Amino acid sequence: MVEKILAAKAGKDKVLPGDLVNVRVDLALGNDITAPVAIKEFERFGLDRVFDPEKIVLVPDHFTPNKDIAAAEQAMVLRCFAEKHAIKHYYEVGRMGIEHALLPEQGLIWPGAVIIGADSHTCTYGALGAFATGVGSTDLAVAMAIGEAWFKVPATIRFEYNGLMPRWIGGKDLILLTIGRIGVEGARYRAMEFTGTAIEKLSMDGRMTMTNMAIEAGGKCGYVQPDQTTFDYLEGRVTQPYSAVYSDDDVVYEQTFSFDITDLEPQIAFPPSPDNVYPVSEAAGIEIQQVVIGSCTNGRIEDLRVAAAVIKGKKVHPRIRLLVIPATQRIYLQALEEGLLTAFIEAEAAVSTPTCGPCLGGHMGILARGEKALATTNRNFTGRMGHPESEVYLSGPAVAAASAIAGKIVHPEEVL
Amino acid sequence: MLEGRVWVFGDNIDTDAIIPACYLSTVEPRELAQHLMEGIKPDFPGVVQCGDILIAGSNFGCGSSREHAPLSIKGAGISCVIARSFARIFYRNSINIGLPILECPDDLSTLTSGVDRLQVNLDQGLITHIQTGCVYQAAPFPPFMQEIINCGGLVEYIKARLNSEAP
Ligand code: SF4
Repeated sequence: MVEKILAAKAGKDKVLPGDLVNVRVDLALGNDITAPVAIKEFERFGLDRVFDPEKIVLVPDHFTPNKDIAAAEQAMVLRCFAEKHAIKHYYEVGRMGIEHALLPEQGLIWPGAVIIGADSHTCTYGALGAFATGVGSTDLAVAMAIGEAWFKVPATIRFEYNGLMPRWIGGKDLILLTIGRIGVEGARYRAMEFTGTAIEKLSMDGRMTMTNMAIEAGGKCGYVQPDQTTFDYLEGRVTQPYSAVYSDDDVVYEQTFSFDITDLEPQIAFPPSPDNVYPVSEAAGIEIQQVVIGSCTNGRIEDLRVAAAVIKGKKVHPRIRLLVIPATQRIYLQALEEGLLTAFIEAEAAVSTPTCGPCLGGHMGILARGEKALATTNRNFTGRMGHPESEVYLSGPAVAAASAIAGKIVHPEEVL
Repeated sequence: MLEGRVWVFGDNIDTDAIIPACYLSTVEPRELAQHLMEGIKPDFPGVVQCGDILIAGSNFGCGSSREHAPLSIKGAGISCVIARSFARIFYRNSINIGLPILECPDDLSTLTSGVDRLQVNLDQGLITHIQTGCVYQAAPFPPFMQEIINCGGLVEYIKARLNSEAP
């Protein structure tokens, strides 16, 4: 699928893994950390306009609402650039959400599109059948100037998940299982195709959780081929015409991994790496001080529903700080209307406006020396959420919610 | 031809270790360089000198797409990064900003930080250990990437292309 998309956008009949191609991009994304660098580079072109103000998306989501003066000045760089160049998709605080939840929700992603983002989790959009990959700020600057990017065509690894999805298992558990199996560089420079009966039944939110973490295995992109779930999701969001691209029947995969998930336990990544993965039973009893439910991995409505279902009517453990961060304004509102926020607040959780916040140790929940957190985010590198001697465990929303109540890492069944 | 002292790091060095997120509210390479590697070697900014060479194991620069990572390395005056392999976004970012990086399959992890010196021939990918005379061969760049580096980065490369296309 990736080869076909890249060939089409490079104006070629066919491309092969390893080929270097120049492609037209349908969308280029930047945030309040990466776009200021890109804007500085863009200025070096001396151009008075961007290649297409409708194909650039700027989202101040990392250190916003502005965490300090320096962050405020960075956000201002973004805002001024957006105004000057009449960037159509600039999302100010109040309309902003975490970029990788926001763009699909706003109908900016469609099957067959090529999307680059100066953010590594841009690979999320492969859940909708697009070729989407994270790049750097210079790439973004060039894309803003001429609407092109260079790529080395990746080989594809196929990941197949079969069996009945057990209770409490979601996309997060499948992707952690996968990264645990192949390691943080197991898919380096590769495209990751997710398929199998379990993926067919997986919701769009669950699929986005999986493609989101392709980068944690070193992947260039992750994707699910478009199906009815995709088209249902796109309905009413994407107005522009598109034609879905599928893998050919004779496609060559570099490798195939198969998983039977029938008896899968919820998965936990131990610090300091997302491939340090164990079933929850082996993490049971680890004491934590903070739980974060949010981020571009697991801050979507389905995640909040799962967490609220576990938490409703209970109280967060007195030693625990539970932070719940809906990923976008629309998700926030939906959670409000569905009574999820009430369940969180009555349980004594702190609920925040959309932001990346603690996920990258930016603000809104930084860890002190020696503290441990359990988070539904995607990275648990040393110091990711605060002090270099703090630690982060990763899980899905069900385990996170249950652990917030228990005060230590537990299986969701234990708090019911 | 480059020459400098080496600093040796391990496998899977992530961008949060290279430059922690809390310092990302600046884009100035020199300011960033003051926190280079703070996550794993807090005294590094104090000891690193202009021209030094950074050595790493596999998957160097994994994690976020922050171009601040290669920028902080460049800002510290590091002349070249040699690793067994690089994470892909770090790899393209380095090329795009004109920071020379080499993938070398040989094990350089036994070199002594701050003591051993290497001489690097970027065009041929040849690495020579000054004290012992040992020679290592790294993969040279594909011509397209070599051209970007020769231009001083992607922006200059594209500018040159736009100029040549202009009527
Ligand atoms: S939520 Fe975390 S991983 Fe996602 S874009 Fe924000 S900082 Fe990056």
